[in-house]
Amino acid sequence: MNNPLVENYFRMDKLPHIWCPGCGHGIIMSAIARAIEKSGLDKDKVCIVSGIGCSSRAPGYMDFNTLHTTHGRALAFATGVKLANPELEVIVIAGDGDLSAIGGNHLIHAARRNINLTTICFNNNIYGMTGGQYSPTTATGDKGTTAPYGNIDRPFDITQLAAGAGATYAAKATVYHVNQLQKYIEAAIDHKGFSMVEAVSVCPTYYGRKNKKGSAVDMMNWLKDSFVDMKIAEKMPEKAVGKFIMGEYVNKVEPEYTELYDQVIERLKR
Amino acid sequence: MSKVIKFLQGNEACVEGALMAGMRFYSGYPITPSTEIAELSSEKLPKVGGKFIQMEDEIAGIAAAIGASLTGKKAMTATSGPGFSLKQENIGYATIAEIPLVVVNVQRGGPSTGLPTSPGQGDVMQAKWGTHGDHPVICLTPDSVKETFDLTIRAFNLAEKYRTPVILLTDEITGHMREKIEIPDVSELEIYNRIVPEAGDDYKAYHVDDGDIVPKMAPFGGGFRYHVTGLMHDETGFPSNSTQNADVLIKRLMGKIEDNKEDIITYEAYETEDAEYLILSYGGTARTAKAAVKKLRAEGIKVGLFRLITVWPFPEEQVRALSEQVKDILVAELNFGQIKLEVERVVKGNANVRLCGKANGEILTPEELIKAFKEVL
Repeated sequence: MNNPLVENYFRMDKLPHIWCPGCGHGIIMSAIARAIEKSGLDKDKVCIVSGIGCSSRAPGYMDFNTLHTTHGRALAFATGVKLANPELEVIVIAGDGDLSAIGGNHLIHAARRNINLTTICFNNNIYGMTGGQYSPTTATGDKGTTAPYGNIDRPFDITQLAAGAGATYAAKATVYHVNQLQKYIEAAIDHKGFSMVEAVSVCPTYYGRKNKKGSAVDMMNWLKDSFVDMKIAEKMPEKAVGKFIMGEYVNKVEPEYTELYDQVIERLKR
Repeated sequence: MSKVIKFLQGNEACVEGALMAGMRFYSGYPITPSTEIAELSSEKLPKVGGKFIQMEDEIAGIAAAIGASLTGKKAMTATSGPGFSLKQENIGYATIAEIPLVVVNVQRGGPSTGLPTSPGQGDVMQAKWGTHGDHPVICLTPDSVKETFDLTIRAFNLAEKYRTPVILLTDEITGHMREKIEIPDVSELEIYNRIVPEAGDDYKAYHVDDGDIVPKMAPFGGGFRYHVTGLMHDETGFPSNSTQNADVLIKRLMGKIEDNKEDIITYEAYETEDAEYLILSYGGTARTAKAAVKKLRAEGIKVGLFRLITVWPFPEEQVRALSEQVKDILVAELNFGQIKLEVERVVKGNANVRLCGKANGEILTPEELIKAFKEVL
């Protein structure tokens, strides 16, 4: 069956992908492709950068300038790509561990600089590639292969972490709420400055099994029931009790890093 | 043709050389005694339309430089001691992904925080083996301000020619010392730029065309959409788990340096023609060694100096040939014998190999070296 989106934006000979049945990552990857299509970007001018982990395999399937880097460092590599050639639309794909544990320093500083990078966090609350260890977004009390008695860590809210560090666009949606997710990715791509979309994913193989979350479908239903749109939460706070809030947390205009640097270059010419 | 005479620090000469070689991107993190390289780069790069960025840490410093190199810019990062340790993983990345890059390490006393403002040469083996896995290394070490300028240009040229990170291993002596230096006109210099594919080529990102040493390198954004990874990959650039394929790739990476040693290796042989004894040294310490050789020669002792300019790959054949001529080789270095071990390996017992070394933050004096030398007489 021919699918123009897949044929246009994916490396057909590299598919099928390596992700497990029921994994939410493919939904995010296709949402990114649709958002790129909607944004009308020239494929040759798009660069997708990732670190290490399950989600970081996505760029290999996507037909752009793709860079699969070292664990945690995608944003640092991407900063070099973007500053060296600001014409490129640079999209960073990173998992929750990659982005907020080993790469946490790069996340807060890329956000602080407000450099025009679009970061999509594939948050499945677990280290999947290495077999199910707890990550900085694993809920307190949940189990992982390195938290056999329940996780005593407190989790990060990655969207709020990015927002707190200075991201000028930060939004959160889930793989169940895929239309909303795609809309945020489009907005993040169009946004000038550091943008971050947290895409809450599911890992039935490790996180689901360890925590008795049922099948992949059960986990999708859990997302459906556990997340409430920010606008609904504002109007009807009673509906948000005990729920996670998705929506646009930050959307503001501030000077962008590569433009500020270009202004320095221009000033020195005079 | 304009010739400019300047009075510069080694670190400053490094930046002057880098700019002449075509550096247009620098990313790094402040660390003594390399910081002047970052400071001067931040001042000079925007004036030529280049970019400087101070990153959040040493790892990001090299990562951003690799990213910039992929867009077609010549990129550099500089560091010292602890920062060199932190950069190791991404040196390996640039090696396997074949990204041209210059990494400067102005050596200080170690281990750990050690002696931040004092010289050391304890990172020579780290320059070779610091990143994990088997990998080729090009590492150059200057003994003067002028040679820092020259070798920085050479480091960029070799990085571009062999598509590999090149380590410029200086030390606090040459980094902070000031000397008169004549800056040549750029037209007098040989500047090498990476080979890029022609538009319309059927581009396989990691395929070596006949007659080429390395794959042609397309800049990101140049119309060739390809994949770059630190995983073992095939000639298309995509990951491959095949052991056969891994064998081909790792042997090609090793071979492109090993097979071109004659092009890469440079050294200085001073008063070695009739030498019965040899002092072998490198970097700032080689200046002490040359002073010692001059004094010993004045006493009528037939001693010569072999100075490494390329540390890695090691000039095995040249050192082995000299070992057949001399009775004794004294290795002078600011560590406990890292290159001495390499010399022993290479000379295979042809000559006695001794060490005059220390790692307490002091430089070696000619008197110390002469005293150590005379123990053999």
